[in-house]
Amino acid sequence: MAELAPYGSRLTPYVAVLRSRMRSQRAYPLSFATDLFSSLLIGVVEFAEMWLIYHNVTALGGLNSTQMLLLFGLSNLSFALAQIAVGHTDTLATYIRMGTLDAFHLRPQPLLLQLITSDVSLRRLSRATVAAVVLTAGLIGNDIDWSPTYIVLAVSSTLSGIAIFAGLFVCAAGLQFHLVDGSELTNSFTYGGSFAAQQPSAVFSGPLRALFGFAIPVSFVAYLPTIALLGLPGPAWLPAGLAWFGPLAALWVWIMALTLWRIGVRHYQGGGG
Amino acid sequence: MRALSGVYSRLFGAGFRRQWNYRSAVFAGLAANVVFGLIRAAVMIAAARSTPGFGGYTGASIGAYVWLSQAMLGALRVMGPPHDIAERVRTGDVAVDLQRPIDIQFFYLATDLGGSSCTLALRGLPSVATGLITAQLVLPGTFAPYLLGAVSVVAAVTLSLLLLFSVSLLGFWLIETRGIRMLYQILSTFFAGLYVPIHLFPAPLATAARLTPFPWLLQGPVDVLSGRATGSAAWSVIGMQMLWIAIAIGIGRTLIAAGRRKLEVQGG
Repeated sequence: MAELAPYGSRLTPYVAVLRSRMRSQRAYPLSFATDLFSSLLIGVVEFAEMWLIYHNVTALGGLNSTQMLLLFGLSNLSFALAQIAVGHTDTLATYIRMGTLDAFHLRPQPLLLQLITSDVSLRRLSRATVAAVVLTAGLIGNDIDWSPTYIVLAVSSTLSGIAIFAGLFVCAAGLQFHLVDGSELTNSFTYGGSFAAQQPSAVFSGPLRALFGFAIPVSFVAYLPTIALLGLPGPAWLPAGLAWFGPLAALWVWIMALTLWRIGVRHYQGGGG
Repeated sequence: MRALSGVYSRLFGAGFRRQWNYRSAVFAGLAANVVFGLIRAAVMIAAARSTPGFGGYTGASIGAYVWLSQAMLGALRVMGPPHDIAERVRTGDVAVDLQRPIDIQFFYLATDLGGSSCTLALRGLPSVATGLITAQLVLPGTFAPYLLGAVSVVAAVTLSLLLLFSVSLLGFWLIETRGIRMLYQILSTFFAGLYVPIHLFPAPLATAARLTPFPWLLQGPVDVLSGRATGSAAWSVIGMQMLWIAIAIGIGRTLIAAGRRKLEVQGG
């Protein structure tokens, strides 16, 4: 084993790439600061939009403006963290178009793992911070009957939420092998999923509730945990008890993601040249 | 004069055809419009039904707001890929554009209006159709909103393209305009009333919004087209659009004049 040490473990190349990406983002401090500010503004404006709607109503989908903080905080924190880790996979279409994806194929590492570890979008940390602040306000402002099981629920929901969104990014990437021009279509999976996750699912009619509750299960990210923590019953088909099945929803998304990814990679013919 | 209008109509046609050739991308955008439209309509209709006097909206009229704004979004080009000229300023290719015996601002405006007309037809009309099929959109029964609405939509697209042109020209001074374009996208869509209608803003924020050109990109034309703003209110929307178009043309020209002095192209 001793002679293997200089080469490091199997993870060393990924860590090296990630380290270099982090360094490169900090190499141009002004540009990085602008990016951080834009990302902060996105978080603030998204919150302002939610607040403006709830400010005009007494309750929406059974939630009032204080309870909305939990919904917004959980969904946006999960999405922002997933975006930091794997959000850059939506540049896959550019790699395919430019033919640079072929270089990834030459390296003796799994393609998906390379793509995920090819970048880390630190600028989105500011958006995650906005979400974390809102979530904290929601956890303090609401009358939650805290018990150890609720703490487990809150933590497992956040982790499942990150996994669900990360899986949706991989689904979108898998589809991009077929739809090189269709980044807006695949965006409706990821950004549309995030937008749907931050709404109270009770406002959705039957087909949309089935879509976001089970097919693309973003209701598990924030809405179900929120009503479970608040002790609300939840609408038809989405009872609060389902909140505990977040990890199962994440598993389902990742089965779809890896299937779509595999189909996409098999479809890929190379850039030529 | 006739030769000149011939050039512009050809540029318009070229812009239209280029967008037509990227139909698959346009339809992908349509899919996104429909997904976001369905989510927004569900939320806003639930909100309007639960609260009487929701910014003057009812369950039926908020549906029109959602679907008409989704229909216009693609043609306004505030989201999606950057404007051609942004890349040309960055690479210095804009020097070629500046040499052409045609006004650079109107050159791009004519081409982009062609592209946006194609987007409006391929992406806007189906979005409206989706609203009608899901019975979330009720169109006005009289003729005037359609006529004034059409004028207002064309004016909104023109204003949006002129503003984007000016934002892209900032590349003469900043090397990378991604950050500034991002900032513009966030602020313009918010103040245009894309996610939340301006009628729901608290008074100071609504006043601040109306001091910018952005409400006339979306909220104004949507109000005219849906029959919320009629008569003198509709004419005042169109009047404000004309005023802002004049200002945007002025800003663009000032930036071109200043940028021409700043531009330095390497190599030979």
